[in-house]
Amino acid sequence: MAASAGLTILRPGMLASVQDLGRPGHRQLGICPGGALDTLALTIANRLAGNPDGAAGLELTMGGCEIRFEVPTRIALAGDDFGATLDGVPLWPCWSLPVAAGQVLKLAGANRSALKAGLRTWLAVAGGIEVPLVLGSRSTDLKAGFGGHQGRALKKGDKLALGPPALDGQQMARRPFGVRAPDPGRGGDGATVLRVMPGPEFEQFTIASREALWGGSWRLTPQSNRMGSRLEGFELRRRRAVDMLSSGVIPGTIQVPPSGQPIILMGDAQTTGGYPRIGVVIRADLWKLAQAPLNGRLRLQQVDSAQALAAWDERRRYLSQVAQGLVCAGWIVPAQNPPQGERSDAD
Amino acid sequence: MSEGLLRLHSLGEAALVCELPAPATLAQQQRIWALAAEAMQWRGVQEVLPGMNNLSLLFDPVQIDVVELEMQVLSAWPQLAAAGIQGRQIEIPVAYGGESGPDLAEVARHTGLSPAEVVKRHSAGDYVVYLLGFLPGFAFMGGLAPELATPRRKEPRVAVPARSVGIGGEQTGIYPLVSPGGWQLIGRTSLEMFDPGAAEPTRLRPGDRVRFVVESMEA
Repeated sequence: MAASAGLTILRPGMLASVQDLGRPGHRQLGICPGGALDTLALTIANRLAGNPDGAAGLELTMGGCEIRFEVPTRIALAGDDFGATLDGVPLWPCWSLPVAAGQVLKLAGANRSALKAGLRTWLAVAGGIEVPLVLGSRSTDLKAGFGGHQGRALKKGDKLALGPPALDGQQMARRPFGVRAPDPGRGGDGATVLRVMPGPEFEQFTIASREALWGGSWRLTPQSNRMGSRLEGFELRRRRAVDMLSSGVIPGTIQVPPSGQPIILMGDAQTTGGYPRIGVVIRADLWKLAQAPLNGRLRLQQVDSAQALAAWDERRRYLSQVAQGLVCAGWIVPAQNPPQGERSDAD
Repeated sequence: MSEGLLRLHSLGEAALVCELPAPATLAQQQRIWALAAEAMQWRGVQEVLPGMNNLSLLFDPVQIDVVELEMQVLSAWPQLAAAGIQGRQIEIPVAYGGESGPDLAEVARHTGLSPAEVVKRHSAGDYVVYLLGFLPGFAFMGGLAPELATPRRKEPRVAVPARSVGIGGEQTGIYPLVSPGGWQLIGRTSLEMFDPGAAEPTRLRPGDRVRFVVESMEA
């Protein structure tokens, strides 16, 4: 594909990849949904860049990256800003701003923003990252090696094309503006609180394990990746270690392997697993986990289905407020082309 | 077939697991596929995901309440025919042994059979794809002759070559892509098992019947 470059990756940082809202619908073929781990962040960034929610952006991990824009465009960052600057001038997450050809976006390394450390950042660019649709999505499936840019993580020197922007020249050049970023609601101790429904095998665990799941403090270990967030803490045990047959897993599923240390599955996780599922992080809180800092503390809070649905409603309400705010401010809200499946937030 | 034994569990607020008691049998699995096909027609059901002896339904809780979905499952279940879906017959050519199947000797040693006998029995089997999982297009198949069962390697390989045919415990399968893996590799097929650009991205689907055909063999 010889489309002209819209941006160049000067430094990808730890892991940068093209992601949209994912490719649900193919799990029974063993194909994971993938997509941006924080669909809320990507959605907001896209709206601020004048894109439909499902446009492809970049998922950046732990800062340390540099991107040069080759054409005048408009961008928005969401998630942790990692001290982001555009040609040395600071910019903020959840801001929409014009970019001139040749300007360089820089995210500092993780240590630079240690006080309010996060993990990932999502970048939307007007028009979206233009890569071929594969099975209905532009997301990179890193494990299977397809989708995104050549089916792989971005490397230094990669040039990415942009789609046709929905913004006209005046909108493109408009002064920067922003929206209220969603609140990860970290507790007083800085711990990320995730709401969790008991999983299918919850009752198989010892009482001590069940109590520790809710009462304990968990550390997010650096072995975490797009497939799973690995936690460290109380050793979770079942009363009897019965063998399990392969059964469906979804992002948010908390699996307990024989080590007793739970793994919360993320977007790139396999579609079926054979480990007991002690719980499932509710959909409305998955984005908090995608942004939780490595080595940071996590707490798991038990909720039921009604509370999970109320939390999802709250998220829809926030997104609808964002959309209304943008319309009131005279910003465009492009026609949505929501991806099929459960990850769409379009109202 | 006992009827009331289908157990339902929530998997978060937007997925429901329907589970049958062990052991997994082909007859039970066929009813799982039949339930999957039926449930795909229901309002609010977005994806069906067959496991081994179980089925996960992913649904939109705005469109259908979980209690309503549970009732729908429980009323549909007794009426599903065990005959299930008619799978296709797929032949997979395999180069057994040598560089293609570096663990053929280990399987022979473990089973007490000669490498030629392992190949003969593996390629004589009539296999059924129970489900796809682990990797795109990776089929978990039933039907391995019990005497060929061989434990997984103690040290999993970091990179199993794509299209490797292996034995892991009582199962046999094909790695569609390069991937870490612990199964004993006995051969390799020349067929692509996964092509994301194709209309049918995976060569195998749940319910397919598979035969391995000896293309060549090196001891």
